[in-house]
Amino acid sequence: MSTRLATGGRLIDRNKPLGFSFNGKRMTGYAGDTLASALLANGQMLVGRSFKYHRPRGIVARGAEEPNALANFGESAAFEPNQRMTTTPLTEGAVIASQNHWPSLEFDIGAINARMARFLPAGFYYKTFNWPRGFWKHIYEPFIRRSAGLGKAPKERDEDRYEHLYAFCDVLVIGGGIAGLVAAKAAGDSGQRVILIEQTGSWGGRAAVDGGQIDGIEVMQWIKETLQELEKNKNITIRPNTMGAGIYDHGYTLAYEQTHDLNAPRHRLWRIRAAKIITATGAIERPLSFANNDLPGVMLASAVRDYLADCGVSAGDRTVIVTNNDDAYRTAVALKEGGLEVPAILDARPDPLGQLVEKARDLGIRVEAGRGVASVTGKGRVQGVDVCLHAGEGAVLETIPCEAVAMSGGWSPVVHLWSHCRGKLIWDEEQAHFRPDPSRPPINHDGQGFVITAGSASGALQTNDVLADAHRAASGAGTPPVSDAISEGPIMPVWVMPQGAGIEKRAKMFLDYQNDVKVSDVQLAAQEGYESVEHAKRYTTLGMATDQGKLSNINGLAVLSDALHQPIPDTGTTTFRPPYTPISMASIAGDARGELFQPLRRTPLHDWHEDNGAHWEPVGQWRRPYAFVRTGESVDQAVAREVTATRTSLGLLDASTLGKIIVKGPDAGKFLDMMYTNMMSNLAVGKCRYGLMCSENGFLIDDGVVARMSEDTWLCHTTTGGADHIHGHMEEWLQTEWWDWKVYTANVTEQWAQIGIVGPNARKVLEKIGGIDVSAETLPFMTWAEGKLGGIPVRAFRISFSGELSYEIAVAANQGRALWDMLHAAGDEHGATSYGTEALHIMRAEKGFIMIGDETDGTVIPQDLGLDWAISKKKDDYLGKRAQARSHMTDRNRWKLVGLETLDGSVLPDGAYAVADGENANGQRKTQGRVTSTYQSPTLGRGIAMGLVSNGPDRMGDVLNFPDTDGKPHEARIVSPVFYDPDGEKQNV
Amino acid sequence: MRRYSAFAIAREVLRHHQGWERAWAKPEPRKQYDVIIVGAGGHGLATAYYLGKNHGITNVAVLEKGWLGGGNTGRNTTIIRSNYLQDPSAAIYEKARSLYETLSQDLNMNVMFSPRGVMMLAQTEHEVRGYVRTAHANALQGVQTEFIGPERVKELCPIIRIDGPRYPVLGALWQARGGTARHDAVAWGYARACSDMGMHIIQKCEVTGIRTEGGNVTGVETTRGPIGCSKLGLVAAGHSGVLAQMAGFRLPLESVALQALVSEPIKPCMDVVVMANTVHGYMSQSDKGEMVIGGGTDGFNNYTQRGSFHHIEETVRALVETFPMIARLKMLRQWGGIVDVTGDRSPIISPTPVGGLFVNCGWGTGGFKAIPGGGWATAEMIAKGAPGPLAAEFGLNRFREGRFIDESVAAGVAH
Amino acid sequence: MLLITCPNCGVAAEETELHAGGEAHITRFGPEASENDFEDYLFRRENPRGVHFERWRHANGCGKWFHAARCTATLEVFGTYSAQTTEPPREILETIRAKRPAWTWRDLK
Repeated sequence: MSTRLATGGRLIDRNKPLGFSFNGKRMTGYAGDTLASALLANGQMLVGRSFKYHRPRGIVARGAEEPNALANFGESAAFEPNQRMTTTPLTEGAVIASQNHWPSLEFDIGAINARMARFLPAGFYYKTFNWPRGFWKHIYEPFIRRSAGLGKAPKERDEDRYEHLYAFCDVLVIGGGIAGLVAAKAAGDSGQRVILIEQTGSWGGRAAVDGGQIDGIEVMQWIKETLQELEKNKNITIRPNTMGAGIYDHGYTLAYEQTHDLNAPRHRLWRIRAAKIITATGAIERPLSFANNDLPGVMLASAVRDYLADCGVSAGDRTVIVTNNDDAYRTAVALKEGGLEVPAILDARPDPLGQLVEKARDLGIRVEAGRGVASVTGKGRVQGVDVCLHAGEGAVLETIPCEAVAMSGGWSPVVHLWSHCRGKLIWDEEQAHFRPDPSRPPINHDGQGFVITAGSASGALQTNDVLADAHRAASGAGTPPVSDAISEGPIMPVWVMPQGAGIEKRAKMFLDYQNDVKVSDVQLAAQEGYESVEHAKRYTTLGMATDQGKLSNINGLAVLSDALHQPIPDTGTTTFRPPYTPISMASIAGDARGELFQPLRRTPLHDWHEDNGAHWEPVGQWRRPYAFVRTGESVDQAVAREVTATRTSLGLLDASTLGKIIVKGPDAGKFLDMMYTNMMSNLAVGKCRYGLMCSENGFLIDDGVVARMSEDTWLCHTTTGGADHIHGHMEEWLQTEWWDWKVYTANVTEQWAQIGIVGPNARKVLEKIGGIDVSAETLPFMTWAEGKLGGIPVRAFRISFSGELSYEIAVAANQGRALWDMLHAAGDEHGATSYGTEALHIMRAEKGFIMIGDETDGTVIPQDLGLDWAISKKKDDYLGKRAQARSHMTDRNRWKLVGLETLDGSVLPDGAYAVADGENANGQRKTQGRVTSTYQSPTLGRGIAMGLVSNGPDRMGDVLNFPDTDGKPHEARIVSPVFYDPDGEKQNV
Repeated sequence: MRRYSAFAIAREVLRHHQGWERAWAKPEPRKQYDVIIVGAGGHGLATAYYLGKNHGITNVAVLEKGWLGGGNTGRNTTIIRSNYLQDPSAAIYEKARSLYETLSQDLNMNVMFSPRGVMMLAQTEHEVRGYVRTAHANALQGVQTEFIGPERVKELCPIIRIDGPRYPVLGALWQARGGTARHDAVAWGYARACSDMGMHIIQKCEVTGIRTEGGNVTGVETTRGPIGCSKLGLVAAGHSGVLAQMAGFRLPLESVALQALVSEPIKPCMDVVVMANTVHGYMSQSDKGEMVIGGGTDGFNNYTQRGSFHHIEETVRALVETFPMIARLKMLRQWGGIVDVTGDRSPIISPTPVGGLFVNCGWGTGGFKAIPGGGWATAEMIAKGAPGPLAAEFGLNRFREGRFIDESVAAGVAH
Repeated sequence: MLLITCPNCGVAAEETELHAGGEAHITRFGPEASENDFEDYLFRRENPRGVHFERWRHANGCGKWFHAARCTATLEVFGTYSAQTTEPPREILETIRAKRPAWTWRDLK
């Protein structure tokens, strides 16, 4: 069993014990422990179950590469599934639960799958469950889905805070091992602005564990002194607990900080723009593929010595080392020197010779050359290893009892960040790994490489090479630091152990521990023609688990290459995608949650609306009152009341969201003649004209009233949603097509509050307030004037979207509320009623006015809407004119605007289609029109509708059927779309 | 071809699965084929399959420059639905959806079509009206959908927050027989079935030129030498424009990046597919437990199969707001694909100015769900030399005539 | 996250500050245009896998439009220049040709 030793553990504080629970069992660890080290210290080797076979799983690694040790972590709103135990610091009261088992971790019904493993090879899902039809959905899939996933789904809303930070530097160094420290120091010394980030809370990386001297001083001391120098340099910012998550195009880097501080935001997402990025991301040790290499107690050799050195934790009293390289001997030496037993080092190499080998032998450790593991034995955990010849087929030479197996298949540089923007890799035959090809880096906007690797991440595995490489990466001055590290012997690539293992053994050699992908699965993929590395990955799920194959990828593609009888570089790698390790969704969302989700645009009258029962409707980023609902009233009743009040006396509308664009200059008239379908250049100063705007593709995109302010100035009103868009549209044409035209535009939408005063008593109210002359003679329909109203400077527009006598009064935004209050006070005697968007919609429909977004949907041209009167025949050109001449646009059977009146007075269903006889060639019911707007008219006391009907205006009086979605017929007669005051007497008084 | 079944698995168990055959053959290219399809993605393979199955044409090669199914077929978020507004779209997507219903049996490979239901959330009044209209259209098109209220939304998908402060859920367009399928298996299943009919699927074979004679296609130049054919189908999604240039014409296409991401796997918590267009995000949970998330496209041309992080950020932000429980899940992996977008964002299935040369492209973000229907219609067009009813409206000539198939009903926002 | 320098204000702008406006140097065809010219103008785009001339607006910045020469396969930006031009300036073309000797543009009609 694993345990805490009486001494040792450079990172833990034995004076600070921390209580925690695992699956409800109380345990104790120390400050400085990770969840993983604390569990090992408590003898908990078994920490979870694998995805597919529910095999017992123990801790394999020390860091981000861990595939097995994932926990349901925390409680209620702070609950988080799939928390990686090896990278999560232990905190007081931590609640940890293992995942993917029922009823318990020790006894898991799902483990029956392991017995069935032979029935469930790679790809078995694809080969079965497809008969009989229907069983997949109702029987098989629900069953498979029940076994899906690892951690539990969170239930509550996360209450923590997250924030986004931005940073800029000359050099970003990712990784705080000795390579990162050397690179950061060299870059900082040369006067560059440097940011150094490290994913863990401690510095120095592997060197801190493996010891030795740098520049003649003990490595721990060297790390401490170097850090102090970095901290002193104002050019350098250092951030621990911050992982380089992804490198994106043009030098944009995402870094993920986990604060581990209850008073700070839980995670910070850094977006760093760096001219140069140095990835000093180290290397990851590879497992070896031997039978039962997934039993709890089989660990990476480096992890075994990390837990010993960092946390004073032993994986077992007796640890057998299995290796193909010298580095694992460091583990043997560390264990031996720590007073633990190393019964044997099984070295696959026939003739291991390095200095480390000698050192191990000198300590009296038994070194067995040319040996491998035939199988790990034990039930639920390691109890021994069967030793065999590596070169053979696995005949057992002896069985060595032990509690742990420390394996090392060599080291692979962490190339993820290098590869995110397509830095290329080369296969290093000598060291048996892929490493970055410095001649083919990811390139930035200037076509220059912007990522450079340093240290082990470059493939430099010996300490002196690491130091020199990092110094070079940062273009350091002088000579690089030098260590006293001893040289290591060459590695011998081992992808399957023993090399002649039969199918029985290969079916027990795990490549991907979490997803239960074995050597035999990858070989089966190759046999079935899934030869591309991507096919093999997808067919077997190799490398698709939460560790994204950090341990399994290289071993897997070596096995695949062997099965395809091709060199490893010909197989290539799968694509490395961000993030390096998973990052929280909440950190990506940052502060943008709840009310802050999107900016909210408020009119000057917003607060009044809020206080007066506004039932809000989002319109773009604005919110507009749909209706003002009074106590005891439904929304529909409120709308009807607002319409009636306006039609009979006085309504007030906040029209501030309407777009207002100033177009000015000697060529402004010519320009507007291009933008609008009708003529604007000949509009007289002081007059208003309704205008239509089309896209160059011919479709109606916006409408509104244009007022000529002066000889060279026009004010263009747009729809609420259109203001920014139309302003952009104008600028685009001005800047990119007619750049020699002298025109200036300004979007002044938010500079003005605009209020509609609508109804038969509108003039009376304005006259009561006093100021500007609003009489029919001075200010007739479709004119505007400037003046004062109650002492406030205003522009009064005599325009109407309701068919009533109506003024729109524009005032400086900061006077909007004053005018609004004044209007309400003065209008009180007329029952002044604020109305919302729905009343506005109904009144315009009663008048047959079209609404952009209702009568139009991006497929409608003005000619469809009977707006030919607003299309100038005199002009040679306007945007959309050529497009409207295309054959489909001039088809006489196009659907055109009509009014629709149900035979029984009911309201037509919104969005309904008018059916025609028969079906088309695809068996769809033929149609001949559709409803575009439909309302109960409070004014007329019956349903009214507008619609587009094939050749409609020529079919007045025809009766069409608009069935509801359930097929129920609704018959309506084609009528004029103007239902109310067809002669316009009311608006023109 | 040896059929897949539970019995076949049982048989293979006894010999440690050493007897499984290749899913598809690895032939040397012949000098001449009746039909060459360029692009072994879902649409290309489905086209070949229906050429054989529906039209008896089996002297067919499918050329793929990379690995089959490696383009957008293997990169999308696997949503299948047919609740489209316009008749031509509804026809082809519903054809595809109905073919998906039996595709596992037809191909003898489990593509895991899972009709778990797709809902498109309405979060503005404008969207409500758009989806109500779509429900009306669908009722006449033979597509089963309904507009449902917020309570029903919550019932079908309990993890949705329907009363969010900015965009409360006002309802949804619900298609109960929409769903998802295993994207890779769709490509593999078609490839296996094509290979079984004697067709040649040739991977790592890049087309570098198109040969014509007197205005008619005669073959292609490839990295594995020239190959002749009587008819040629270009079914290469984002790379169609490059291929068309080889044949001397341009397509009304632009290639842009579309991104997606998955979370770490969790136990099942979401049994439907949800699309939220107002906030630009959609999400479903895979059979493996990952939350599969997609968002919008870039505005600029891009062939890199990767995009900018800010798109991911916008999508995740929207979904954290819509599904608060995902806040503490983690993003496992993000990726991109290159989609080819047309002027009206609807596909092109069409003859071209070159005789014997046909295209199937422009699916934009909607290609996966259309695979069986797109293949069916393209095969019919190639076999008969002219588009059938499913493809008729998707011709290249529509841009000249101004006869668009526009699915974006939300062109303007109300006053 | 593209980084493109706006030639109008000199700011090296992040993609989020910019609005992409599609292919540059497209001639407008108006009411008298033939069907083919009009279709070309509205819909047919080069869409190259390689060097592309495109329009951008520094929307969340100075608000001005400009043109960029950018590779759609590597995302390298060869340069940015005024939107008030009908074809790429010589120095931009020279920069591109120096880096991509085999490159041609609009040879297809």
